[in-house]
Amino acid sequence: MTENVLLQVQDLHATVEGREVLRGVDLTVRAGEVHAIMGPNGSGKSTLAQVLAGHPAYTVTAGRVLYEGKDLFGMPPEERAREGVFLAFQYPVAIRGITNAYFLRSAVNAIRKHRGQEELGPVEFMDALEAKLEVIGWDSSYLTRPVNDGFSGGEKKRNEILQLAVLDPKLAILDETDSGLDIDALKTVAQTVDKLRRPDNATILVTHYYRILTHIAPDVVHVLAGGRIVKSGGKELALELEEKGYDWLREEATVA
Amino acid sequence: MSSGIEAQVLQPYKYGFVTDIESETVPPGLSEDVIRLISQKKGEPSWMLDWRLKAYRNWLKMPEPHWANVQYGPIDYQAISYYAAPKQRPKLDSLEQVDPKLLETFEKLGIPIEERKRLAGVAVDAVFDSVSVATTFREELKKHGVIFCAISEAIREYPELVQQYLGSVVPYNDNFFAALNSAVFTDGSFVYVPKGVRCPLELSTYFRINAESTGQFERTLIIADAGSYVSYLEGCSAPVRDQNQLHAAVVELVALDHASIKYSTIQNWYPGDEEGRGGIYNFVTKRGACRGRSSKISWTQVETGSAITWKYPGCILQGDDSIGEFYSVAVTNHRQQADTGTKMIHMGKNTRSTIVSKGISAGRGQNTYRGLVKILKGAEQARNYSQCDSMLIGDQCGAHTFPYIDVRNSTAIMEHEASTSKIGEDQIFYAKQRGLSPEDAVSMIVNGFCKEVFKELPMEFAVEAQRLLGISLEGSVG
Ligand SMILES: Nc1ncnc2c1ncn2[C@@H]1O[C@H](COP(=O)(O)OP(=O)(O)OP(=O)(O)O)[C@@H](O)[C@H]1O
Ligand SMILES: [Mg+2]
Repeated sequence: MTENVLLQVQDLHATVEGREVLRGVDLTVRAGEVHAIMGPNGSGKSTLAQVLAGHPAYTVTAGRVLYEGKDLFGMPPEERAREGVFLAFQYPVAIRGITNAYFLRSAVNAIRKHRGQEELGPVEFMDALEAKLEVIGWDSSYLTRPVNDGFSGGEKKRNEILQLAVLDPKLAILDETDSGLDIDALKTVAQTVDKLRRPDNATILVTHYYRILTHIAPDVVHVLAGGRIVKSGGKELALELEEKGYDWLREEATVA
Repeated sequence: MSSGIEAQVLQPYKYGFVTDIESETVPPGLSEDVIRLISQKKGEPSWMLDWRLKAYRNWLKMPEPHWANVQYGPIDYQAISYYAAPKQRPKLDSLEQVDPKLLETFEKLGIPIEERKRLAGVAVDAVFDSVSVATTFREELKKHGVIFCAISEAIREYPELVQQYLGSVVPYNDNFFAALNSAVFTDGSFVYVPKGVRCPLELSTYFRINAESTGQFERTLIIADAGSYVSYLEGCSAPVRDQNQLHAAVVELVALDHASIKYSTIQNWYPGDEEGRGGIYNFVTKRGACRGRSSKISWTQVETGSAITWKYPGCILQGDDSIGEFYSVAVTNHRQQADTGTKMIHMGKNTRSTIVSKGISAGRGQNTYRGLVKILKGAEQARNYSQCDSMLIGDQCGAHTFPYIDVRNSTAIMEHEASTSKIGEDQIFYAKQRGLSPEDAVSMIVNGFCKEVFKELPMEFAVEAQRLLGISLEGSVG
């Protein structure tokens, strides 16, 4: 079983601003799987995502994470990205004066260079990009706009998915990418993610809603509460949460 | 905790090397005799010598200015050598005649002249240690009647033009450094674009300071006659030196009726080391006169080098409906200091000026924007738009803004916007999460910040500017 393990999180503790937010997270993600992580506001879902990506505001105080068997924290954020870790941000960042196309090409080329592949010129890249654009239902006008600058909330989320589709990572962590999307956009995003599913990659889907899980069937659903994964189950767990909320779990956790 | 934005590995200046072409150097020191010697070496007419001496005598009476927001030790003007020239032949018809070592030097700087020449059709007047050693595309320019030559040559060949315009925008007694320049300038460029001619090539000069302790006193004069257009590119780099080098250039531009001059600068002289040792003192006077109706002068500068920059390219908007523009990016890293900005003097009716200034400070760099917009009584309906943005990288650097506004006509419309921001850790992280190196992330964000200025640069210059920006900020973010 360990053969296919892409990500192994063991007893992970992390603090932000001196406060412990992650208090012993254990999580194993195998290639080919989709894991959903749900949980109350402020429970540490984004923190987990940011820690995996290497945001400098978070400090790991205990535990370890193996990615493809290697120590994830031994790699700086850009190397994690080049090795196939992708985070779709809950709050995507705007970069003034830099077009989406240029940003994307820089990212693609950074990764290609890392793999020893030749870098792509603007023209070749555009050709490759056209197809991806179609998938998420965008016209090329979005490519010449500055990265996320002036984008609506939903557009920013879609832009994350465009980047996901273009970069085609091994491990995608989607932090509430389904929040703020209209019904059609949600469907497009979900379908895109579903299409990218392969036996050799995996997705961690942080979400508050059952709806997206009807498009992307998760293999496992986890509940993160108080900085720990307090319950894991199948797709039906998400439905149960949708009906009952999280309170019953808190009680269960304190009893246990 | 936030390990992020702090100076870490510092990048040594990449263009530090010395070319060992024999220099013919006048011993250090300044006196009327030295000025006579310079004038004689250049084969100048007597009116030129007289002008130099007048400037010198004025300079002796002037105090060195210290109002700028920069700090440096006293300059010993007697320790400077005021003339250096490569020893070989003065006249060259083609690049093949140029000392191969010189060409190699340019290549090391990433300025393959020949390549450039072919690809972009740029006429390059390479100024090496104060003397022009290569002039290309002369013939092509000649066909259009455009004069593009070393100023010393212009003084000999086109004395009427030089005498009429030299000092007409920046008088010999304008300020301390301009007076010094007027007394001792050894070279620089001269451009004359005749009536109605659109100069077919972008004119480009690469300056380089090479011989030890040789101050550079370039003098550039560009005249755009009625209805003409010219774009001039100036770019520089200097080798590593352990001692400060003074550069006090003067640039004068004159635009007559409906004429337009675009002057673009990339300044990348040795900035000194991390502790502020060495580096160029760049004390420059640049000014353009929009003398004619509907004339236009546009300054674009990307200042990444020098230990100290003291520079205010300005426009005197004399002609009605004339336009002045100033687009600037100034970067200070380590211990660099820049005090730069512009002066827009509105005299004519309906004159318009635009100022866009982007200051970037990293390390312990200090960056000051100093600008004056002056609307005189007769300048009916004058308009100015100013935008000054500062970006801070790290917390040991500084940004300062001093916008002076002097309006004497109530019909004037003035707009001023200013902002100061820290480079965002979240932006850098976002880019790194997509695989970009910290250097590329910073460089990209800063380039985005400077976009409004870069888009004013000629294409290939813009590419170079972006690269330079990356180099000069390398190591500024962890
Ligand atoms: N950069 C930060 N600075 C200060 N506090 C932070 C930071 N990031 C997270 N926290 C705090 O850590 C806790 C966990 O936040 P986190 O963003 O991980 O929650 P979440 O589970 O993603 O919540 P939501 O469902 O609302 O997105 C919260 O109390 C939050 O205020
Ligand atoms: Mg969150």
